[in-house]
Amino acid sequence: MNMIYLLIGFSILLALIFLIAFFWASRSGQHDDLYTPAVRMLFDDELTPEQEEKSDEDHA
Amino acid sequence: MVEKTTFTVDTKCYHCGDDLPAKPYNADDKAFCCLGCKGVYQILTKHHLSNYYAYNDVPGQTQKKTPQHFDYLEDEGIAAGLIDYKDEKVTVITLFIPAIHCSSCIWLLEHLHKINPAIFQSRIDFLKKQVAVTFKNQEISLREVVELLEAIGYEPLISLQDVVKKQQSDHSERHLMTKIAVAGFCFGNVMLLSFPDYFGLTSFEQNFKYFFGYINLAFSIPVLLYSARDYFISAWTNAKRGILNLDFPLALGIAVMFIRSAAEIITNTGAGFVDTLCSLVFFLLIGRWMQQRTYHYLSFERDYRSYFPVAVTLIKNGAEQPLPLNELQTGDRILIRSNEIIPADAILLKGEAKIDFSFVTGESLPVEKVLGEVVYAGGRQLTGAIELEVIKPVSQSYLTQLWNNEAFSGKRDTIKTFSDTASKYFSIVLLGVAFCAGFYWIGSDINKAVASFTAVLIIACPCALALSSPFTLAAVLSIFDKNKFYLKNTAVIEELARIDTIVFDKTGTITNPEAEAYELRGDLTAAEKQMVSDLARNSGHPLSRELVKALNIPPIYPVDHYMEKVGRGISGWVNGQEIKMGSAAFLGLDLSERGSVVHLVICDRYAGYFLSKQDWRPGFKQLALKLAKTKDLHLLSGDHDHDKQLLTPFFPRAQQLHFRQSPQDKLDYITALQSAGSKVMMFGDGLNDAGALRKSDLGIAVTDNINNFSPGCDAILDGAAFQKIPQFLKQAKDAVRVIHMSFVISVLYNVVGLFFAVQGLLSPLMAAILMPMSTVTIILFTSLTARYYAHKNKLL
Repeated sequence: MNMIYLLIGFSILLALIFLIAFFWASRSGQHDDLYTPAVRMLFDDELTPEQEEKSDEDHA
Repeated sequence: MVEKTTFTVDTKCYHCGDDLPAKPYNADDKAFCCLGCKGVYQILTKHHLSNYYAYNDVPGQTQKKTPQHFDYLEDEGIAAGLIDYKDEKVTVITLFIPAIHCSSCIWLLEHLHKINPAIFQSRIDFLKKQVAVTFKNQEISLREVVELLEAIGYEPLISLQDVVKKQQSDHSERHLMTKIAVAGFCFGNVMLLSFPDYFGLTSFEQNFKYFFGYINLAFSIPVLLYSARDYFISAWTNAKRGILNLDFPLALGIAVMFIRSAAEIITNTGAGFVDTLCSLVFFLLIGRWMQQRTYHYLSFERDYRSYFPVAVTLIKNGAEQPLPLNELQTGDRILIRSNEIIPADAILLKGEAKIDFSFVTGESLPVEKVLGEVVYAGGRQLTGAIELEVIKPVSQSYLTQLWNNEAFSGKRDTIKTFSDTASKYFSIVLLGVAFCAGFYWIGSDINKAVASFTAVLIIACPCALALSSPFTLAAVLSIFDKNKFYLKNTAVIEELARIDTIVFDKTGTITNPEAEAYELRGDLTAAEKQMVSDLARNSGHPLSRELVKALNIPPIYPVDHYMEKVGRGISGWVNGQEIKMGSAAFLGLDLSERGSVVHLVICDRYAGYFLSKQDWRPGFKQLALKLAKTKDLHLLSGDHDHDKQLLTPFFPRAQQLHFRQSPQDKLDYITALQSAGSKVMMFGDGLNDAGALRKSDLGIAVTDNINNFSPGCDAILDGAAFQKIPQFLKQAKDAVRVIHMSFVISVLYNVVGLFFAVQGLLSPLMAAILMPMSTVTIILFTSLTARYYAHKNKLL
């Protein structure tokens, strides 16, 4: 049963790592703007002019 | 099978969606309403940015506007006040761009590097409508960056306040989040480690009990010292001034809980109340976060500085040079171009001044000034450039000296909230009960005396009470927000419930600045109306645009020989006839007519004139009649009394209509009402109302675009929600009722807890169940009832 001491120690350590990760995220400003990133991720990667021409050829 | 070909003709501008003129501007089979829109389109296609038009239909804003001058950005001193960061290579600047409104805007503004590779990065904060641009300062100057933004239709708004307050961004919300995270982390772990004890440990597991107890105690230390710190500070500072606020019983409860837990754990006599302590702090902080979570991207603290420009063009020895506004001195000679704001009281030296003071004085008609006359600061020049000599420094002008009034110095009295009042009595009763319980047992059993004394302080810790206000008010705040009524903070709601007197400003507040009614005096045939509409379509002047809207005829004829004299009139040949329209002076007519008038000459024949009349906001009449039943209505206008006849039916008491009020008069009027014992709510929109808005118990700025300038206030009301004012007032009253009801509920919980506490029977398990249960009940009750009332008031 003494294993419990070790396990609890590890579980708290793991939880602490997550807490520190949250601090880091908060401090680096990741929670400051919660709207724009949600829109940003929906934009397509645009095609460069050469790629555009290629894709036209494919269709033809 | 007959094939049907549908033939669609674009009638809207591809860039901004405005109606096309008879002779649109074309590029790549696309039609544009003006050269500006076409120009933006061409820049974007040239740099392969036409995706801009793919994400949204007509994402642009109209480009019919007078170009701005950004030459002042070349000045090192001015630029230094604006930028965030600068080294030898890169500069970072955050700019406010009111035009940001859709995903296309985000996409385009984050691809600025495609237009000019010297721009490294541009990041948008959509809700704040800000873009942070990082650029190589060796290759592109700040002025060029701003001009690039202007060229693609996103001109930044740079005002004097940007320089003054420069990035005093407040991180208090971030700190609060960290505190919540710590409290939540500890709460979760303590809960886990407390369960074994609650479920009962067998004798051979007793070792774990000590182990868990000490870990719990360790977890409670950061909660006590870090997360709950503000409660101790607040309770202490208030207690020193003899005020018992709600933080006092909270801090006392937290402290007692910690001491008793520590004693129990160290002496090995019990498990303590560590989990209750952590959950209490965690919930309290969430309540505080709810309360603070306001709409920070709106500014409620604006004054004249955010309306004034950063710099002004100085004329020195015949040369023009930009000068920071703060360095402007008496005797300086300045140049004001069309559409610029006059920043200080000055004497007109040269040019034709026609100045729009509607924002400053409430006067609805532009004022013409002659040479040698004094022009007050804050007016907007409408016709060509003028030269002026400054006679007073910026801060001492007729308008700006309003901010030197004592109403603006120091903090305004904080709004008295229900929880402040309740907590005073609560604390006294609580201490009374605790001491009584202690004294009752002290004779027979000293341990029981201490146990009951501490238990009372723990169980009566007003967690539920502290949460009832924030959760109710936060719910109402978000309901109001959905209805386009934006409050500065939650305390405003309680103030709203107390209002008994309402004061309105006239111009821009109860009149509708958008929909001006046009009345045609004179006979025009349908064909003539058509030609007038086609001519007016070519002008970007607000009057022309309003006229086109009012006539509401689709375009037919192209216009030849079009000419526009800014702010004076337009002329052109339409369908073989020459049409001129504009001011009497422009047409060479000898007429005098009060009001905004557009005269009309067709083929040298005077055909009549259009008279613009201000229109009330839709529903104003019903609103005034409804409000007059329960509230005292007043009107304070800076304008002439030509509308008095029209307004009298809306206001029950004619002597409460006041015209020609200076900004100072308005402030004094509010003060007089307040000293007569009234709770005054003021509706205003311009700088001239700033004093009254500040002085009143509740100042509300009415605006049709929440991103436009609005003076410092407690709340911003979108013009579209103007008719809902009675519903907002009702909802505020209901919110206060919900707070009272939840107060009763939380007291009931306390009474149950106290019943056990005074007998010294309170077990940690009981506290651990009772405390979160009361909290959850209050959160559910307040949020649900607030929404129920919102449905009843038709706000949801």
